Amino acid sequence: MTDTDVEYDESVDARGAACPGPLMDLIGKMRDVDSGTVVRLVSDNDRSLTDVPEWAAEAGNDLLAVEEGEDHNEFYVEKA
Amino acid sequence: MTEHIVVVGGGTGGTVLANDLADRLDAEIDAGDVRVSLINDDPDHVYKPVWLYVPFGQREPADGRRPLADLVDDRVDLRIDRVTEIDTDAKRLRLQGSPQSVGYDYLTLATGSTLAPEEIPGLAEGGHDFYSESGATALREELLSFTEGTLVLSVVGTPHMCPAAPLEFVFMADSWFRERGLREDVDIVYTYPIQRVHGNPHIAEWARPIMDERGIEVETFFNTEAVDPEARTITSMEGTELDYDLLVDIPPHSGVDLIEAAGLGDGWVDVDRHTLEAEAAEDVYALGDTADTGVPNAGSVAHYQAGVVGQRLASEVRGRPPTATYDGKTLCFVETGMDAASFVEFDYENPPSPAPPSEKLHWSKLAYNESYWLTARGLL
Repeated sequence: MTDTDVEYDESVDARGAACPGPLMDLIGKMRDVDSGTVVRLVSDNDRSLTDVPEWAAEAGNDLLAVEEGEDHNEFYVEKA
Repeated sequence: MTEHIVVVGGGTGGTVLANDLADRLDAEIDAGDVRVSLINDDPDHVYKPVWLYVPFGQREPADGRRPLADLVDDRVDLRIDRVTEIDTDAKRLRLQGSPQSVGYDYLTLATGSTLAPEEIPGLAEGGHDFYSESGATALREELLSFTEGTLVLSVVGTPHMCPAAPLEFVFMADSWFRERGLREDVDIVYTYPIQRVHGNPHIAEWARPIMDERGIEVETFFNTEAVDPEARTITSMEGTELDYDLLVDIPPHSGVDLIEAAGLGDGWVDVDRHTLEAEAAEDVYALGDTADTGVPNAGSVAHYQAGVVGQRLASEVRGRPPTATYDGKTLCFVETGMDAASFVEFDYENPPSPAPPSEKLHWSKLAYNESYWLTARGLL
């Protein structure tokens, strides 16, 4: 999943956060939003590539897209 | 002109820093060229690691309290008051108990973490914690009479103070119930928000087999959404519901409001993680939990960072380029039972490698806890 252009409602920039900071930043945002909201997570921690899909599946949220960049990745998650 | 260095917060970081500055800048302070002030809203200094032992009846909350006046160098102006506003443009602080604002040339924020159980419905009513004096005391009353049922330890908020403490608590509880012949009647369940048992993967990989071996049940990807104190259930965002007879939780943490109001960060001060200088204001530093560096919220971190900030501030007032930087150094003893402990040391570049648990490390931890007061005084 690359070069996506997904529209999002909320964004969390977790660049610079130590692991598992990015995932916890995403979870914290997902706590506050309503069902159907799309949240973008920006992370420069490579572990997010496994952490975020695993959590999204566990929580039943939809991982709409993962956009991999050179120095960071973007994850688009829709709250179920 | 006298340069005024103000430290806000009299926990480990702020107290060690104030004493460090009094030592480094003794000549300048005695000559009237520098003044160091420490402002704290409690006349006592509190050493929080003592609280882990309170629920097991091994320590009293009073063991973790001493008057700041007894710990802080006489060269430091100690002021017991609460800072209510920071103006980094005018370089002034407003105080709750005084109409006069306080000016500073250099400011260090060491205001630490506060607990926010109210963020989770039912948590304050249904759960117990060992992250406050009142919480640890109330938990002791429950734990000492707990002889059967399900004890759930839920890590609700991250990041939280002392990341090893939740693991320590379940390891100690397991050992404590075994020693008393009650372990077969007590189920211990540990929940954690991500897919492993600790934020640091190296510590998680070390801890998980020990938990499995001791029959400590684990629920990962468990982000607490609500607690029902009547039904005695705790539910997660992921849809899992657990029954409990005794719920011990690590509550959500938050920084102090005045940091966000001052535009320095979202409750925690955004800093350069090496220099610990605030990104949004000149001549402002932060350390310990207050500094958003991504390292654990641990006393050892605040201790090491205080040395870095002390050296940098001393250089600044002397007109020299500050050179000290923080490398992420973190050191923790980790209790693995009532009479054994491990030890970890790591930094930004080098991951932790937990030492094999031993009785010697357990006694080292207890010995350090006793000698901590020398650290607070800047002697160790």
